[in-house]
Amino acid sequence: MTKSPEQLEQELKRRSKAAKLEIWGRVVSFSALILIVAVVVAIIGFVASKGIATFTTNHVNLWDFLSGKNWNPSLTDAHGKPEVGALSMIVGSFLITILSAIVATPFAIGTAVFMNEISPNRGAKILQPVTELLVGIPSVVYGFIGLSVVVPFTRSVFGGSGFGILSGTCVLFVMILPTVTSMSADALRAVPRYYREASLALGATQWQTIYKVVLRAATPGLMTAVVFGMARAFGEALAVQMVIGNAALMPHSLVDPAATLTSVLTTGIGNTVMGSLQNNALWSLALVLLLMSLVFNLIIRLIGRKGRLQ
Amino acid sequence: MNSKVQNKIAIGVLYGIAGLVVLILLALVGYILVSGLPKVSWHFLTTPAKAFLKGGGIGVQLFNSFYLLILAMLISFPIALGAAIYLYEYAKDNWVTNLVRTAIEILSSLPSVVVGLFGFLFFVVKLRLGFSILSGAFALTFFNLPLLTRSVEDSLHTIDDKQREGGLALGLSRWETVTRVILPAAVPSILTGVILSAGRVFGEAAALIYTAGQSAPALNFMDWNPFNISSPLNPMRPAETLAVHIWKINSEGIMPDAKAISSGSSAVLVIAILLFNLAARYLGKRLYKRLTSA
Repeated sequence: MTKSPEQLEQELKRRSKAAKLEIWGRVVSFSALILIVAVVVAIIGFVASKGIATFTTNHVNLWDFLSGKNWNPSLTDAHGKPEVGALSMIVGSFLITILSAIVATPFAIGTAVFMNEISPNRGAKILQPVTELLVGIPSVVYGFIGLSVVVPFTRSVFGGSGFGILSGTCVLFVMILPTVTSMSADALRAVPRYYREASLALGATQWQTIYKVVLRAATPGLMTAVVFGMARAFGEALAVQMVIGNAALMPHSLVDPAATLTSVLTTGIGNTVMGSLQNNALWSLALVLLLMSLVFNLIIRLIGRKGRLQ
Repeated sequence: MNSKVQNKIAIGVLYGIAGLVVLILLALVGYILVSGLPKVSWHFLTTPAKAFLKGGGIGVQLFNSFYLLILAMLISFPIALGAAIYLYEYAKDNWVTNLVRTAIEILSSLPSVVVGLFGFLFFVVKLRLGFSILSGAFALTFFNLPLLTRSVEDSLHTIDDKQREGGLALGLSRWETVTRVILPAAVPSILTGVILSAGRVFGEAAALIYTAGQSAPALNFMDWNPFNISSPLNPMRPAETLAVHIWKINSEGIMPDAKAISSGSSAVLVIAILLFNLAARYLGKRLYKRLTSA
């Protein structure tokens, strides 16, 4: 049977099997990408819409929420307003994050320098796998060790119940140490070799080279590592919740029980009724947490951009 | 002279810092293993937990952890693979790609408790899945996607561009080049990445407390019909994982041997993650030797 010219033309103009497969592949892989973006948008959208309900449906003043010191959403104060002051938790979260970053940074950067500059063979061989393993240890395990080692220790040394910001800081310090160390090591590794050679050839000592050349050149990367560790500390929930004591009070000392945004969220959200003020107030805390993680993200991007320009 | 002394002091201090860090880390792992390992026995690993009496095990929790991990990987791996392929092989460097990369970065930096709360709101309440393995698996998927996507992308990055050029020069389409040439070559490093992120997901608890639930109903291990309520395979049952179990008995546990159980469970978790790490290295090397002529 011969084909008519029209049929032939159609056949020739039709997409080949490979071309169809190509389009199919593009569509499938692109939809996977879209799905991820949709997930992010959905998370932010849902948490935001639940989080602002406190202010839109329950008419809580935003400033009262951010600056109030009394957290007791089921009660109302003398003026008949609900007691939803989140300041003590916000302060708790920031305090614990900043303190643990201050303690962890010198250790992390020192270890990274040791791994990269001083003992790149033997030291790195031990430290590299150890940090990699520790990055993977679950946070509940850190929390459990905090509960059975750190809390009794602070109790016996500093008095009080042992639960508090100090214990939380100790636990978070060990938690973020491996993360910050391995990221700092990456940053140092990215410094070109000839920087060091040039400095040493000029007669600088090893320490002068490290301090004045390598660390300076790696500063953006090191800052990213520290901010990354802070973001992790700020969002960490369970390990902190287990050792901080979970009392939503303004922290007066480092050994008094305190609370963070995450600890109040994990303990509270299961005990409230959906849609009630108590529940909405907790979602507002989740929104604060989300916004802070976006801020940390932004800071990391800004550091990256500034680092590139130099 | 002065700067030489300074040099000596500084390097001494750095030795001290590194030594101290190693000491902290060794003490940490040592404490977990020394306090936990004596509690680990076959009985402990296989019997169900008891709520009020001592002597309970972690059998159900251990099973739940693995089942949840496998489900979450089954859901998230294809998505991450597709996304990574598009990002690395197709995407142009424009604002859309930029936006997508930002979104992935945001997802990876979200606190896991926020991901868990979203899972609670969306899967448990909105879609009425209840506290179930399925809700938990979806929440873990969110947690897992950015990690996996990045690691698959890194794996694609390690494949030489000559292989792509070769595929295209032979007249294969881009998609065919990716699926027939690039992916097979990338299998060892993709697998390594998958196992490593499996290790991270295995210990996740915050995202699971309000999605997979905090209770572990008794299971009948003779019943493998996924539609029966007591079947271990039923994805609609609530499932407390090992990590959640540790958190729960430390926060509100009332069994008399809560501390022993949590140290035993911690040791099991850490050993599991150690095994994941070793398996990733070993399998990656083995497969690489097998699949390439190297």
